[in-house]
Amino acid sequence: MTAIDNGAREAVVPQSPPSQARENGVLPSRPLNVAEHRAYYGALPAADRLPLGELAARIGHAGVRGRGGAGFPLYRKIVSVSGAARARRLQPTIVANGCEGEPASHKDKHLLWLAPHLVLDGLVLLGRELRATRAILAIEADAPNGKGDLVRRVREAVSERDVRQDGVHIELVEVPGGFIAGESAALVSTLNGGPGLPTYTEHSVREHGVGGTPTLVQNVETVAQVALIARYGADWFRDYGTAAEPGPQLFTVYAGRRQPRVVHSAAGAPLWPLIADAEPIDAVLIGGYHGSWISAPLARKARLTEAELGVPLGAGLIAALPADRCGLTETAHIMRYLALESAGQCGPCLNGLPRIAAAMEQLADPHHAARYAGIVQNLQRWSGMVEGRGLCHHPDGSVRLVRSALTVFRTETAAHRAGVCTGGDRRPLLPAS
Amino acid sequence: MRAKDSAELAVDWGTCKGHGLCAELLPDHITLDDWGYPIVGAGPVSAAAAKRARRAVADCPALALKLKSTAGK
Repeated sequence: MTAIDNGAREAVVPQSPPSQARENGVLPSRPLNVAEHRAYYGALPAADRLPLGELAARIGHAGVRGRGGAGFPLYRKIVSVSGAARARRLQPTIVANGCEGEPASHKDKHLLWLAPHLVLDGLVLLGRELRATRAILAIEADAPNGKGDLVRRVREAVSERDVRQDGVHIELVEVPGGFIAGESAALVSTLNGGPGLPTYTEHSVREHGVGGTPTLVQNVETVAQVALIARYGADWFRDYGTAAEPGPQLFTVYAGRRQPRVVHSAAGAPLWPLIADAEPIDAVLIGGYHGSWISAPLARKARLTEAELGVPLGAGLIAALPADRCGLTETAHIMRYLALESAGQCGPCLNGLPRIAAAMEQLADPHHAARYAGIVQNLQRWSGMVEGRGLCHHPDGSVRLVRSALTVFRTETAAHRAGVCTGGDRRPLLPAS
Repeated sequence: MRAKDSAELAVDWGTCKGHGLCAELLPDHITLDDWGYPIVGAGPVSAAAAKRARRAVADCPALALKLKSTAGK
């Protein structure tokens, strides 16, 4: 450790989590206003108690990775944004990305509903640390949320802030929803008054983002984790999860026909108890619609780690597919949605995804048995043809899903080839709109 | 030590309209997919093709073909 000796070490000793937060986990059971929030989590450390560099050092030690899906280390992003800001003598922008986009995922909306001030605290802390002039919380304008009006709830929370105490003014920006809208370059395009689409650029948003400034775009769950690390320290964070994937995490869990629920867990926890209610199951979708299917036997024994599952935890979706459902039908349904959500800018994605979706639909229909070999061949060919050939990772993620389906649902594919579908219930399980 | 920087071809996928001119000019580096969009081979542009590559970049009707310098110091 290369601690800078500035005589302020005793001032930065982390608080210990208040008993309430210790007992109930990272999130409260009901929405908290600003006073309740302070009582639950403890006060936000004042600017003079967290010298510049200290927060970034703690984030680096904690090993925080982005919780939006890509899992990029936050510390490295901070270093690159602050480096670009210094080099270009510009003050950076911080964006907390609350555009969950994915219809099946609810963890970000759940977090914003219950603990909006945790996200706002994180924005303030990152804003102070990077000496940012702008701190933006971006949320979907029409965010579907079973609990109530999320936009109004977050707007109220922003208005409860004391700007003088925070030292950072937070702008709440409502942006149009959509699967691609939350991709960082697309989000920055929206915030710059552009069309909200991924763009071709020599520089990443870390160098040229909102208003041309170096911009840190970070998923709201990650931003909330910063607020917790500032209070309780990096060691507290590392007490959760595994050495490779540390920290508490939120997951959206579908277990059978029940409504999805958001659970608080961490890497290394057994997967099985989360989805046991759905038994008997056929497979589990991990990560999101850009994620991968894993087989039921693996799901029964694996712990929630990338190493054991063989796939990244991504945006934290865990969806168990009951045995009476057809995995090929489910994948075709999701794939059709993904094809429709293509921004339509890039030729390979625009042309390839609808063809892949149509081929998946044929595979899901046992009446096409005779053409089975050709369909699978086309799927593999087109998958290779769209991968890595777009402005964003939408084609790559879509192809990942299809390839995992071809592997995990091999038995089902063979049944379809024989003209039989083993799924009695042909209705789609996961939402696609 | 090389006198010139080596360069790689890249496509701005949001701009490319699949005209296919690049594949005509640079058949050893670019082929077309099922829909007429360029598939760029991996690796730097060969010295023999460097001039044609610059020509292809300049002539792309959509200005979507890029030549990116990959030379480090």
